Amino acid sequence: MAEAPFRVLPKLTPLSEPFWTGGEHGELRFLRCTACRSWVHPPQPVCPGCYEKRLEPEAVSGRAHVYSFTVNHQAWIPGLDEPYVIAIVAIDEDPSLRLTTNLVDCAPDAVTIGMPVQVVFEPRDDVWIPLFRPADA
Amino acid sequence: MTEILERRAAITGIGQSQVGRRLFRDPLELTLDACLAAIADAGLEPAQIDGLATYPGATGPAGFSGAGITEVHDALRLELSWYEGGMESPGQLGSVINACMAVACGLATHVLCFRSVWEATAAAKTGAIGVAAAAGGGGRAGGVRASGAMQWSLPFRAFSAANWIALYAQRHFHEYGTTKEQLGQIALNARRNAAGNPSAVYRDPLSLEDYLEARVISTPFGLYDCDAPCDGATAVIVSRAEVAGDLRRPPIRVEAVGSALRGRPSWDQFDDMTTMALRDAGAMLWERTDLRPADVDVAELYDGFSFITLAWLEALGFCGKGESGPFVEGGARIARDGELPLNTQGGQLSGGRLHGYGFLHEACVQLWAEGGERQVTAREPQVAVAAAGGGPLASCLLLTRG
Repeated sequence: MAEAPFRVLPKLTPLSEPFWTGGEHGELRFLRCTACRSWVHPPQPVCPGCYEKRLEPEAVSGRAHVYSFTVNHQAWIPGLDEPYVIAIVAIDEDPSLRLTTNLVDCAPDAVTIGMPVQVVFEPRDDVWIPLFRPADA
Repeated sequence: MTEILERRAAITGIGQSQVGRRLFRDPLELTLDACLAAIADAGLEPAQIDGLATYPGATGPAGFSGAGITEVHDALRLELSWYEGGMESPGQLGSVINACMAVACGLATHVLCFRSVWEATAAAKTGAIGVAAAAGGGGRAGGVRASGAMQWSLPFRAFSAANWIALYAQRHFHEYGTTKEQLGQIALNARRNAAGNPSAVYRDPLSLEDYLEARVISTPFGLYDCDAPCDGATAVIVSRAEVAGDLRRPPIRVEAVGSALRGRPSWDQFDDMTTMALRDAGAMLWERTDLRPADVDVAELYDGFSFITLAWLEALGFCGKGESGPFVEGGARIARDGELPLNTQGGQLSGGRLHGYGFLHEACVQLWAEGGERQVTAREPQVAVAAAGGGPLASCLLLTRG
């Protein structure tokens, strides 16, 4: 990967840490309720499905589909390598589970809604930013 | 049926400060100009104001708020029975809905509501948008880390609402075949109407060609899909309906409000990203009245980004779900002399980002038939809708004359 672009990093909390550090082990992790099996994102202390406090991080496959995207051309601050693709992806295990992310290894004009993508991680300091690239054919 | 309490409220006066780009004027002074104008417009004295409401209060990055409750309260030496200001409300007009409820419940008689911005001057002074505080990104180079809801967008360099709303627009384009040319009608209509508004910040003619060739911001949005930061303040007086008739103007009745958010309060987890919270606020509004969309004579619908107006047209039932593109096609239907005159002051795209309150102000101007060159004359407006907000924030008011 070329020199890593500017990013604002997330502040880690006990709740968010499994999500932001799963990439160290190559895993995209979300909280999941061990009682009702709901996936929960963003992380919170109580399951919104059954209100139990039995949430544990669990890895998903890292496969997803593009739900929407935009190609950002605006230099909001100096040091951005615009244009770049911001996407919302729907996680294959539960498409109601979405992430805003960036698409990489893909020309902006090649992105389509519905295209299958696969997670890749960009390590930064103590966090692993989950990005997505086109899935292998 | 439960009483529709907002009908105990009426709008009795409006005021606006000077509006412009980079005025370099004291934002509290602009705010007070608007407030005093609204009080006088209602035929009231400041001493008669016993309620105060604003969005978002004294908070946010430089320029986002020109004054909070405390500053206005003290500057006018008001004696208040009720007041509130804050961001966690259903969009900018949530503060006005709160005021309606305050007078309906007898907590106050005349509530001064205001919204004040000085984003153009703030940008000129700091030379950067609000994320500047994050320079360094919170990594080894220093800077601030993202927390709360922002941690789900800023690490992915989705810095602006332009990016967040563009994701909604793109999904709408995908599901319904909406086109850039259709989207452009919102911007072109705004610019046409701004020509008749002496306070609008952009009044030069804009062609479809200009629109399509403009610099890309975040696809599908170009420069003219994004509203214009400005300096200015807007105020309205919400009075208890039973005393409103004794004032200077014929009161504008609040027929119904919409403040619902039934989906998740999130930019990217919202269930249907071809809609927004507007869907829920719009549905609630029609649940509270026997009037129908066809009764509306003029629509003032938020356009922080052009797509938001398309979403409001659908949310308020002026067209079917997914049909806003064809609805605005060619622009004739939404023009000042069309079937549904839309954003008659130029919206925020050409009028300037007065942040929600400008739409309410203009709805009142039209109902009082004081729009001058931009007044809707094809028929005398009797019913108007004012709507503000986008993404997970939205509220709207249905207003009727006298």
